[in-house]
Amino acid sequence: MHDTLLRVSGINAGTEDKPILHDIDLAVGAGETHVLMGPNGAGKSTLGRVIMGDPAYQVNSGTIEFGGEDITDEAADKRSLAGIFLSYQAPVEVPGVPLYSYLRTITQKRPELKMTARKFRARVGEIADQLDMSGSFLTRELNVGFSGGEKKKIEMLQLLLLRPKLAILDETDSGLDVDALSVVSRGIEAYRADCGGALLVITHNTRILERLSVDRTHVMVQGRLVAEGPASLIDDIDAHGFEQFERANASGGDRA
Amino acid sequence: MSERTEKRTQVADVDRSLYDFTYSEEGYERYDDGLTPDIVRAISEKKDEPEWMLAMRLAALDTYHAKEMAPNWGPSIAGLDMDHISTYVSPRTKQAKSWDDVPDDIKNTFERLGIPEAERESLAGVGAQYDSEIVYHNMREDVAKDGVVYTTIEDALHDPQWEPVVHEYFGTLIPPADHKFAALHYAVWSGGSFVYVPTGVKVEYPLQSYFRLNAEGAGQFEHTLIIVEEGADLHFIEGCSAPKYYEANLHAGAVELFVKDHARLRYSTIENWSKNMYNLNTKRARVGADAQMEWVSGSFGSHVSYLYPTTILQGDRSNCEFSGITFAGATQDLDTGCKVILNGADTTATVDTKSISKDGGCNTFRSSVIVGRRAANARCSVSCQSLMLDDISRSDTIPAMDVRNATASVGHEATIGRISDDTILYLMSRGCSEPEARTMVVGGFANPVSKELPLEYAVEMNNLIKLEMEGAIG
Repeated sequence: MHDTLLRVSGINAGTEDKPILHDIDLAVGAGETHVLMGPNGAGKSTLGRVIMGDPAYQVNSGTIEFGGEDITDEAADKRSLAGIFLSYQAPVEVPGVPLYSYLRTITQKRPELKMTARKFRARVGEIADQLDMSGSFLTRELNVGFSGGEKKKIEMLQLLLLRPKLAILDETDSGLDVDALSVVSRGIEAYRADCGGALLVITHNTRILERLSVDRTHVMVQGRLVAEGPASLIDDIDAHGFEQFERANASGGDRA
Repeated sequence: MSERTEKRTQVADVDRSLYDFTYSEEGYERYDDGLTPDIVRAISEKKDEPEWMLAMRLAALDTYHAKEMAPNWGPSIAGLDMDHISTYVSPRTKQAKSWDDVPDDIKNTFERLGIPEAERESLAGVGAQYDSEIVYHNMREDVAKDGVVYTTIEDALHDPQWEPVVHEYFGTLIPPADHKFAALHYAVWSGGSFVYVPTGVKVEYPLQSYFRLNAEGAGQFEHTLIIVEEGADLHFIEGCSAPKYYEANLHAGAVELFVKDHARLRYSTIENWSKNMYNLNTKRARVGADAQMEWVSGSFGSHVSYLYPTTILQGDRSNCEFSGITFAGATQDLDTGCKVILNGADTTATVDTKSISKDGGCNTFRSSVIVGRRAANARCSVSCQSLMLDDISRSDTIPAMDVRNATASVGHEATIGRISDDTILYLMSRGCSEPEARTMVVGGFANPVSKELPLEYAVEMNNLIKLEMEGAIG
């Protein structure tokens, strides 16, 4: 299938002393919206990190292809420049690095986003408005002293600026109040509308999904993808929780 | 000679050749290595000095020989052999007031360091020293009209108006017997700056002296004497660099700063000595009532440094702020810090230092805070943050406090950190390569100091950080 953007095949991965992901197969087509759900500790965030190329996790077998290229052994910066974006659950604070010049730096890494300083300034201002961010944010240091909600907005700002082909949103909705959640949802909608990029939304909360048209839903339990289905699977989980999948996995897990 | 035609730019390109180039010493006047009364007399005679100065030099030479080498409490200076250091190297050129009158090779040196350009754009005056002598000195006319004096100590000594002033102040804040290398300095000092800012005069743009040591196996012993009279205001910038040699070079300058009541002095340094340099520099400021002393210091180069700028807060309500950063890479052992002596009542001092260690470099931060008996309500806070970039580097913090007034409050805080893997991953996942991510974090760490510098020096400091992070320096 030529329009498969991300193809994860048979991935087994974990930390040095602990396997976490088992036999993961996942395909996301260009422009599709996928949701990855599962109970706490299932390995959802690990999968996001493995796709991004976090060296804290070792891939023991399997491959990750992006845009038809095998990126299993590529470093995170190469994956980022190829068009993968991971929005972190807890964005890191980098003291002394002004947000604005950081945004300029990461934008300039991408030839396809080449623009004049003036145009860049206008673009950043436009996105900041979209996200209800005051201009004074931009003179502050990267993520330093920002509240959880503000940090998520800065993640959305980078998402909209960098226009990736695939955005993995790791619990972007966690810990947000209603207003922040609505701004973040708007950011995600803008990304879908302006960039037409694919989404892999990692969450255990269905709230953020209400305004998204979801193509596929995946359920992860204990490091395995145990179910896959259409958007309606979300409603099923909403109503019955993850217990059904956990039971199924426990009986299937006897073989392992 | 490794002449290249590139010019220094104010943008982010970094090239060690900016600093690492040398010119032939052919035709220069170079005194024999080692230290004898004859050499000291020859230096004095060449400068046609007053008797008192020669007497001071000879007494200092005796002190130098009489003083034991300091006990082994800091980095080793065993590689420094005074018998193989020439204490005086002169490029045989007269001091010029126009860059056009400076010999080409020397002019090129300073052009490549960006000095004439900075002078045109943002400075009130510039002094440029090449080896032992100042080769260029000039100040804007409007600043001179206000009565500001910016010249060499030598010229001040030849001026009947200023000779008594130099005599009154020279060597009083840092006495020749202060330590062995202070004695050495007073025996063979040459070049440097004399600055006098009259009462109430606020100098709008900074003055800058740049010290370039070109000769191999030589020493630079410039003396900087700055007097900021009551209510006056000055920003003085000192820059230093040298090309890389295999023979040891020595820098033993002295900086004496007199900040009178209600005055303010900011003293900024960007030092990028080459890594064969022993930097044994002494800097001291005495601060009057309601006056303010600000230090901004970036130390990048040298093989070994011993450097502890000292502030004596003599007057009541005087204030000192010290921001410093040191970067120690391979083969570097930098013992730096700062001393504050709070003597006046209600005096305040804030010391904020940062150090970065990489590739086996050693950083030792020493602070000494002394609160005198009559310093009621004195307050001093010292903060030292260290960043270690690998497992083979070293960083130590050695604070000392001597508080003799019960109403004073003194605090010290030290942290040693590393760059977390999460931070690197975060920046890499936005497209920065690993070295870029590390450089960005280190630049951010240094930012609180670099933002205290005028823009172009902040740019230079950031470039030096990039240069060090690339590990391009041998």
